[in-house]
Amino acid sequence: MKAAAFNRGFGAGWLSAGYLFLYLPIVALVVYSFNDSPLPNVWRGYTLKWYAALAVDEELIAGLWLSLKIAFLTACGSVVLGTLAAFTLTKYRRFSGRTLFSGMVNAPLVMPEVVVGLSLLLMLVSVQRALGFPERGLATISLGHLLLGMAYATVVIQARLKDLNPQLEEAAMDLGARPQQVFWLVTLPMIAQSLVSAWLLTFTLSLDDVVLSAFLSGPGSTTLPLVIFSRARLGLNPSVNAVATLTVGLVAVGVLVASYAIARAERQRSRDSAAARRA
Amino acid sequence: MSRDVPALSGRHLVIAVPFVFLLVFFLAPFFIVGKISVSEMDGIAFKDVLSFQDGGVHLAFRFANYLTLAQDALYLNTYVTSLRYALATTLLCLLIGYPFAYFMARARRTLQPALLMGVMLPFWTSFLLRVYAWRSLLTEGGWVADAVVGSGLDQVLLALGLIATPGQLMHTPFSLVLGMTYTYLPFMILPLYGNLSKLDGRLLEAAADLGATPWAAFWRVTVPLSKAGIVAGSMLVFIPCVGEYVIPELLGGPETLMIGRVLWDEFFSNNDWPMASSVAVVMVLLVIVPLALFNKAQAEAAEAGR
Repeated sequence: MKAAAFNRGFGAGWLSAGYLFLYLPIVALVVYSFNDSPLPNVWRGYTLKWYAALAVDEELIAGLWLSLKIAFLTACGSVVLGTLAAFTLTKYRRFSGRTLFSGMVNAPLVMPEVVVGLSLLLMLVSVQRALGFPERGLATISLGHLLLGMAYATVVIQARLKDLNPQLEEAAMDLGARPQQVFWLVTLPMIAQSLVSAWLLTFTLSLDDVVLSAFLSGPGSTTLPLVIFSRARLGLNPSVNAVATLTVGLVAVGVLVASYAIARAERQRSRDSAAARRA
Repeated sequence: MSRDVPALSGRHLVIAVPFVFLLVFFLAPFFIVGKISVSEMDGIAFKDVLSFQDGGVHLAFRFANYLTLAQDALYLNTYVTSLRYALATTLLCLLIGYPFAYFMARARRTLQPALLMGVMLPFWTSFLLRVYAWRSLLTEGGWVADAVVGSGLDQVLLALGLIATPGQLMHTPFSLVLGMTYTYLPFMILPLYGNLSKLDGRLLEAAADLGATPWAAFWRVTVPLSKAGIVAGSMLVFIPCVGEYVIPELLGGPETLMIGRVLWDEFFSNNDWPMASSVAVVMVLLVIVPLALFNKAQAEAAEAGR
């Protein structure tokens, strides 16, 4: 009995320490964004001046706008390619090149980004020498992010596809639905939630990426993380803290809304399945 | 699957689109890097390996870059340093992450979604900004720096050789490994939790019935059964850490030169594309075995639960 109580206490302590470790930097960013001193380590009272400065920071705003465009393209493309890849990996057990395919889908998850960035850039340069395009910029950065985003989207969607009850799709086919109809009318609605998570995850991944963007950007296409990175490299910079706090606030609101929606959908689903079992 | 022909053509398209995309934009570029790594610099641009001169085809492979990599102590040291810090980070993540995932999986069922959310949330706030935050925590006067110095822990770090001067935490091996551990910890926790939460509790009861102490049951039942999670998590941490660039640049110091940084400098500062390519090829060779292990673990995880 005593051992169990000790275990519980130790577990709670370990978890608390872990979460403290994970969240401490985020708290520090937020707190110091309100610091009146230009040295983020010396507290000198509250201010909102760094936020006011953001509103006229043209470099930052241009970077944000470009990053949002790239993130939107990346997220949409990643969900489409990720759905196809996840579908391939879960439904088609046997086709030539399956090992190569699953290897290529998973590799970008871990492959050092400097390698992916360098190799993609060198290829694009070779293509450009031969054909005269593409120019480095929005399109090439999005392409790099798409490679990474597709891998993450595949993992998220694959996890959901794997849990699906295949009998539902079989039932639809028995009732005469063509494979395409099965996909659009049965499979897609059931995996819709994972598509949304994949979209949001790849959107944030793209919005955050430094290394691929640095390799694939051209003159005049500086994304937000590249602006932040070049400032952070030079030292501590209060404008970075202010950007961070805005991001944290946005994420917090987004997560609250999303978890409320998911909880509601979850309740609806369990009500439906309970009703289905009764019937 | 081959019972109806229309499904077959649709099926081909579903496979072909992502397959061709990856072949063209992921696999083909590696061959180009390989090709450029053996070509020669010619002024500010590199020469093509294959050239047509005087009516004949010339093939000019040049392995000088690889010779430099093998002979120059700077490069060799950098590779060793990168592997060492990546390994240290992986072990630390496992040490912190395994108990963390274990206690998560044993927490009340109703509490688990919230706990999981707590681990995933930092993903949604910029990684770059969180790494940057450690700078302010670790520079003199920062919260963590004050706590470490105040409690005398910096003497321990000094004795371990992780910092060079007492009270000076930034730009040391300590700040680098701390930053990498912080960044990659969720990548260790998530696969471990996924694995441990599916563990069949009856197996532990059976072990207890057969006379195993909880400690013995943990080491002889739980840990072996979570092997797939340990492998996946460790590879998710180790491989990207070997080539990490942003964290060493923001938190590392002069003695923590890592290979990602060398590649970056060869490319952006020296404009030596063939050399940068050679560095990349060697990096890929370094991570190819862990990569194969990771792919195997992923494939097995995908097969499980069918």
